[in-house]
Amino acid sequence: MEPKSVMHGSELTIYLTGEIDHHSARKMREAADSLIQQKKPSLLKLNFAGVTFMDSSGIGLVMGRYRTMLLYGGSVRVVNIPENLRRIMELSGLGSLNILERSGELETVK
Amino acid sequence: MTITFESRSSNEAFARSAVAAFIAQLDPTIGELNDIRTAVSEAVTNCVVHAYKDRIGKISVNVRIMKEHTVTIRIKDSGCGIEDVEQAMEPLYTTAPEEERAGLGFAVMQSFSDMLKVRSAVGKGTTVTLTKKLSPRLSDA
Repeated sequence: MEPKSVMHGSELTIYLTGEIDHHSARKMREAADSLIQQKKPSLLKLNFAGVTFMDSSGIGLVMGRYRTMLLYGGSVRVVNIPENLRRIMELSGLGSLNILERSGELETVK
Repeated sequence: MTITFESRSSNEAFARSAVAAFIAQLDPTIGELNDIRTAVSEAVTNCVVHAYKDRIGKISVNVRIMKEHTVTIRIKDSGCGIEDVEQAMEPLYTTAPEEERAGLGFAVMQSFSDMLKVRSAVGKGTTVTLTKKLSPRLSDA
């Protein structure tokens, strides 16, 4: 299933849903990359509100998109991180890239 | 409880769900269950991606309930084995960058369990043993 996405100005938001593991990450990666190619956003927002589980494959997914967006001269924000995913996100070193939305900084899901 | 299944990536979700369903009888917290699911997912993914890199093999997962709310989960493959376990366990070390692996599998297993043991023999396979201590439940009182 293609993830829902919204383009607003030069900002592309992708709404990820379900469980992110090595199996599901592949399709999400392909869908995200094809959207980035098409829309060429300057800011990519990965919205995790609908993600119920992730292992380190989710980290790979974010890191990979971060690198892709850097190549295009853009940036990435990870938003609406559910409480139960915060620990794995922070453990990964993604925190030091300063792309994770801080807790309490919630955006409404459109 | 022991399950054996093929090293297909679609079985990663099955493995972590089966382990979680078995452990549910101990009435773990949602956080504890999530930790276990995450650690099991990493271990099984390692078997799919590394142990059986270019083939399909068997993975077996054994869960045992020990005394004092402790569970041990053993994930075993008969794949290629790891030459240097210490190096494999270093955070960010990966031999599969093309798969966009973050190299954090063992680091996550370590962080999400109380004890992690890895035994491996090249050409024979790898056994990962995770131990998780659950918090005592009110119903025990």
